[in-house]
Amino acid sequence: MTEEIIIAGFGGQGVLSMGKILAYSGVMQDMEVSWMPSYGPEMRGGTANVTVILSSERISSPIINQYDTAIILNQQSMDKFESMVKPGGTLLYDPNGITRHPERKDINIYKVEASMEASNMGLTKIFNMIVLGSFIKIKPIVQIENVIKGLKKSLPERYHHMIPDNEDAIRKGMEVSVPVQLLS
Amino acid sequence: MKELRLMKGNEAIAEAAIRCGCDAYFGYPITPQSEILEYLMVEKPHERTGMVVLQAESEVASINMVYAGAGCGRKVMTSSSSPGVSLMQEGLSYCAGAELPCLLVNVVRGGPGLGTIQPSQADYFQSTKGGGHGDYRLIVLAPSSVQEMCDFVGLGFDLAFKYRNPALILTDGAIGQMMEKVMLPASVNRWTEEEIKQQTPWATTGKPADRPANVITSLELDSAKQEKVNQKLQAKYAEMEKNEVRFERIQCDDAEYLFVAFGTSARICQKSIDLARAKGIKVGLLRPITLFPFPKDEIEKLAGQVKGMLSVEMNAGQMVEDIRLNAKGKCPVEHYGRFGGIMPSPDEVLKVLEQKFIGG
Repeated sequence: MTEEIIIAGFGGQGVLSMGKILAYSGVMQDMEVSWMPSYGPEMRGGTANVTVILSSERISSPIINQYDTAIILNQQSMDKFESMVKPGGTLLYDPNGITRHPERKDINIYKVEASMEASNMGLTKIFNMIVLGSFIKIKPIVQIENVIKGLKKSLPERYHHMIPDNEDAIRKGMEVSVPVQLLS
Repeated sequence: MKELRLMKGNEAIAEAAIRCGCDAYFGYPITPQSEILEYLMVEKPHERTGMVVLQAESEVASINMVYAGAGCGRKVMTSSSSPGVSLMQEGLSYCAGAELPCLLVNVVRGGPGLGTIQPSQADYFQSTKGGGHGDYRLIVLAPSSVQEMCDFVGLGFDLAFKYRNPALILTDGAIGQMMEKVMLPASVNRWTEEEIKQQTPWATTGKPADRPANVITSLELDSAKQEKVNQKLQAKYAEMEKNEVRFERIQCDDAEYLFVAFGTSARICQKSIDLARAKGIKVGLLRPITLFPFPKDEIEKLAGQVKGMLSVEMNAGQMVEDIRLNAKGKCPVEHYGRFGGIMPSPDEVLKVLEQKFIGG
């Protein structure tokens, strides 16, 4: 089993940390993992993306241009990565700020109103955990218990008091994604 | 104690340095390797092992601090990225001339000049052919995973002290920034003063009454003597070529075509092999782990077996020269490169192999 994932959005949305928590969740399940960020001046405001690979086997290339799943959180990323989803693959996106919705007919498409749900919960910072929850519901590769363990591993201890909020957000995310297009 | 962690390549280098008994790190920040210095500053290795970590005022100062520390028989290192490593070349040549064991890490970014902060392999020539002035070689290790980033710190120091020669870990921004699982080695103690005197009898550790003073220098104005110094260095490099060649063969046994690639490019080629073999094309990969000494014999052997070799590098064609020299015309050798911080994709590499050799 190998799952090749791209997570892409604005810098500051928590794209890289979401990928890191996902990678740690894989480690907790004894999987092979790689986490390859775009790095550079996109730290704040620009676009940021990270490739996460979870596999039961040794990972060959951490650098890829075809993905099983694309998690897309802004329009620039939609324009860049929609075409890079493998046929039969999955695209998960937050429609907030998206002006051109995905048009592919050969992939599964889901949407999650993560930014809306996050502001409803009064916790805009846990936006990325809502998205992560939706992903692990759609692709149950990692168990939620391992995601929580991954969260503990990747967050510095001074933020551990925020873990319950993050867990709530992940569980919320598992409930609120909506299929837009499902391949039969 | 051994420990499994998820780490960036840069962080793995820093943690490995603490655990292998490194005495001092001197460095100056530059993307994409600043996490090495950052990690060391946060970890406070002085409290863990007594290791010194110092942010120097420049790369030139860093390499000269390395010269001084190594001259005292200490395990010392520095790290930088391409423009910073260019600044260090003079000091590095002095280290090689004075036969000082030390470790340098170059997390390469695209050049020339200030270039870009994205990954590149364009410093192959600089690393393997000298870089600074004079006839000298570095031991060059090319990791292709975060685990190897960790492992090659200890290995680099071991080889540096075995041959009294600077060792270089040549990696790039992709492996420096990437996170993978890494099994950290158990910590070993730093050498005591007594152990340093035993291990490095040539070092300036304080002159006892029963031996002449040790002098650390690369200066010898008598040409006849300087020629002897050079002969000694060349004999040492020949020993390295005899004993220290390291490489990995991946699916080479039945290969009709061969990728030759190191570091990040080698990882990309492994995926290209999977794609090729799914189409029935028998491709293998030779991954040089030491770029100096270069796996000359293995290249020649495989050149007699395959119908063609493709050197995949993130540069305009550097290692391909060494491959051609050692393939000795036994098979065609082609190059494919991307530059300026762009990494080729696995399917792009396969397409080039097909175009160059199979006529796709």
